[in-house]
Amino acid sequence: MSKRKTDEVTGVETTGHSWDGIEELNNPLPRWWLWTLYLCIFWGILYTIAYPAWPMISGATQGVLGWSTRANVAAEITAHEAANAELVTQLVAADMPTLPQDADLNRYAIARGGAVFRANCSQCHGSGAAGAKGYPNLLDDDWLWGGDIDAIMTTVRHGIRNTLDDDARYSAMPAFGDMLEPAEIDAVVEHVVSLSSSDFDAALAEQGAVVFADNCASCHGEAGLGNREMGAPNLADAIWLYGGDRATLHTTVEQARFGVMPPWGPRLKEADIRAVSAYVHSLGGGE
Amino acid sequence: MTSQPHQPLYAARTPIFPRRVNGFFRRFKWWIMAVTLGIYYLTPWLRWDRGASLPDQAVLIDLANRRFYFLWIEIWPHEFYFVAGLLIMAGLGLFLFTSALGRVWCGYTCPQTVWTDLFLLVERWIEGDRNARLRLHKANWSLHKWRLRLSKWAVWLMISVATGGAWVFYFTDAPTLLRDLLRFDAHPAAYITIAILTATTFIFGGFLREQVCIYMCPWPRIQAAMMDPDTITVAYRDWRGEPRGKHNVKNRRAAEAQKAVAEAQAAGAGVARYAGTPYPNLPATPAKPVAENAQGDCIDCMACVNVCPMGIDIRNGQQMECITCALCIDACDDVMARIGKPRGLIDYLALSDEPAERAGAAPKPLWKHVLRPRTILYTALWTLVGVGLLYALFIRSDIELTVSPVRNPTFVVLSDGTVRNIYDVRLRNKAGEARTFRLSLTSEDMLQIGLEGRDTLSVTVPADTTVLQRVYVSARAGDPAASDDTTPLRLWVEDVTAQIRASKATTFNGRGAK
Repeated sequence: MSKRKTDEVTGVETTGHSWDGIEELNNPLPRWWLWTLYLCIFWGILYTIAYPAWPMISGATQGVLGWSTRANVAAEITAHEAANAELVTQLVAADMPTLPQDADLNRYAIARGGAVFRANCSQCHGSGAAGAKGYPNLLDDDWLWGGDIDAIMTTVRHGIRNTLDDDARYSAMPAFGDMLEPAEIDAVVEHVVSLSSSDFDAALAEQGAVVFADNCASCHGEAGLGNREMGAPNLADAIWLYGGDRATLHTTVEQARFGVMPPWGPRLKEADIRAVSAYVHSLGGGE
Repeated sequence: MTSQPHQPLYAARTPIFPRRVNGFFRRFKWWIMAVTLGIYYLTPWLRWDRGASLPDQAVLIDLANRRFYFLWIEIWPHEFYFVAGLLIMAGLGLFLFTSALGRVWCGYTCPQTVWTDLFLLVERWIEGDRNARLRLHKANWSLHKWRLRLSKWAVWLMISVATGGAWVFYFTDAPTLLRDLLRFDAHPAAYITIAILTATTFIFGGFLREQVCIYMCPWPRIQAAMMDPDTITVAYRDWRGEPRGKHNVKNRRAAEAQKAVAEAQAAGAGVARYAGTPYPNLPATPAKPVAENAQGDCIDCMACVNVCPMGIDIRNGQQMECITCALCIDACDDVMARIGKPRGLIDYLALSDEPAERAGAAPKPLWKHVLRPRTILYTALWTLVGVGLLYALFIRSDIELTVSPVRNPTFVVLSDGTVRNIYDVRLRNKAGEARTFRLSLTSEDMLQIGLEGRDTLSVTVPADTTVLQRVYVSARAGDPAASDDTTPLRLWVEDVTAQIRASKATTFNGRGAK
């Protein structure tokens, strides 16, 4: 124990510790401060007994209160669902085309649908529903299989061209690479370009029109306006699912496209299907 | 070098028994206590008629509905800058007052000071003044002591419950909450808040007192940066008081005796025989001539120390513990009056006046101390923020909109080549009744506006609510806006009945947008 002495300037005793001649004054701390420290330690021990704390070999101690974040989340979700039970019942029973007339229920459906969309649909269609190459943009006014609320619900429930649901929307474009000569494909591509653009080779397009009438018009229509019965896209508008340049169109005609969407009926609750359909319908293209 | 016993590392609190004092500053403090406590306890009970759909409590922090009501002002969450501005003004005001007048906040208006003062009042009322309380403190735990202590704690507890109780009334309708509280069916949060604030009031006001100021509060440390030698603060005029000492009285009396002797001698030999009688215990003539024996005015009566709620001796100079409550001024003035000296041995003074006063000259006038660049700067900043807030308050409209352009994706192309942008527009109706708002846009280019789910451009917003409306702005395929990078536009909302308009500027992304 070092010998204690008093600092001359302040008249305060030092602790006796010295660092390069700098000494520490001993101005006593209030005793209640010490007791507060002991109280905190005591509280800390109680806390580790009450709550999950001490790491063991195969997990941590559970705590006598049985507190768990997972259980809390589950309880919160249950409470939330109980609070919304009335709205869910109304939504499941609702006549969807007239849903917007019930402002509160509509707002709930769209908010819930947004959450369902971000969790289940955004992986393909994008978080903003703008789609990507091969995955339709849900914000525009162009629909392959129909854009009214019932058509959207059917698509969500059964999906498209999947083997999981017998009621899935189905159609298949043939790969024309086996049936048409490359020159014929070039011609029909030029005709398709001519439907929505003014920058095309008129002579080639005229040849292509004949090929189109023989091979494509049965699904896409004589004017190329598409057919929602079989999900045949409108070729005369400004929207292209896979791309509207000649090279991409050539690939499309040669190899065909076969976009698949899984059925959500088995995975989502009825209320979720209705909600996500209402959400998609409200994004800007709903009919 | 020293033989005194070692100091402990931890010290028990030395109890302080402030003596009762009368005087100008004490009376001033009683008034401030009455006003501040009055404001605190009564404000939640003031009513203010805002119409049927809004609460009628004058000051209400409605956390559940995200509204703050202050008399005629209603603040929404996005207008929280008003509260932030008020807090900045409070901070600058604290700087101003501290740089001009020292720790007046601590000494007069700090809740810790006010409630401690109130608790001391109760303590004095039940247990008596300083000497009685000292005796009681040292006494054994008799029935008498238990009775006094328990009744003191009971009154403290009642004050504490009222303090915690008043707090929760600011957050919901006070009469309803009081009824619920008494029926024991109020929300648990109310009871928990009251319990916590009761405990803190009881412990801080009754037991921790000066420990809060010295060991818990950061303000005593911060304020050092606000004070300078021109700050008016509570100080002891040591040039007038020193050398202090009780013998001062003796000397004064000796001087009086000397004077009496001189007068008696002047009056004649016959009277001089009785010269010593008024002061039988004192020498008839001072040991030294009076002029050489001059003493300071301080008679070391400890009155300033005995009244101090912080337990310090102001004569030791400026100390971190001093909250400048000015009670020592009252105590000392009282003593100076009794010994026939001028008041102000302990007084509000600027330390920069010391050399002048020591030399016997008059101190600088008060305004020269108060009007300094820093106080002028603080006042200017304070006024600037205040005027800014008032301006913001008066240009507030009853209708507002915020526009969040949807930039995921940046734009959408429709089947006819039209380029469309989406905006999430929040329409706020702060009026007490439902209003119909009409949306429109202005732009130098050809742009069309449309609303999701509506055939018209009108939206009805219920009273005191916000409606989120998805708005579409589009440019036809051939228009410049469709192919340009961005086009500026302004979205307008108009209250059709009240003829008020509000607008927000935003941009439109064409195909050229990156």
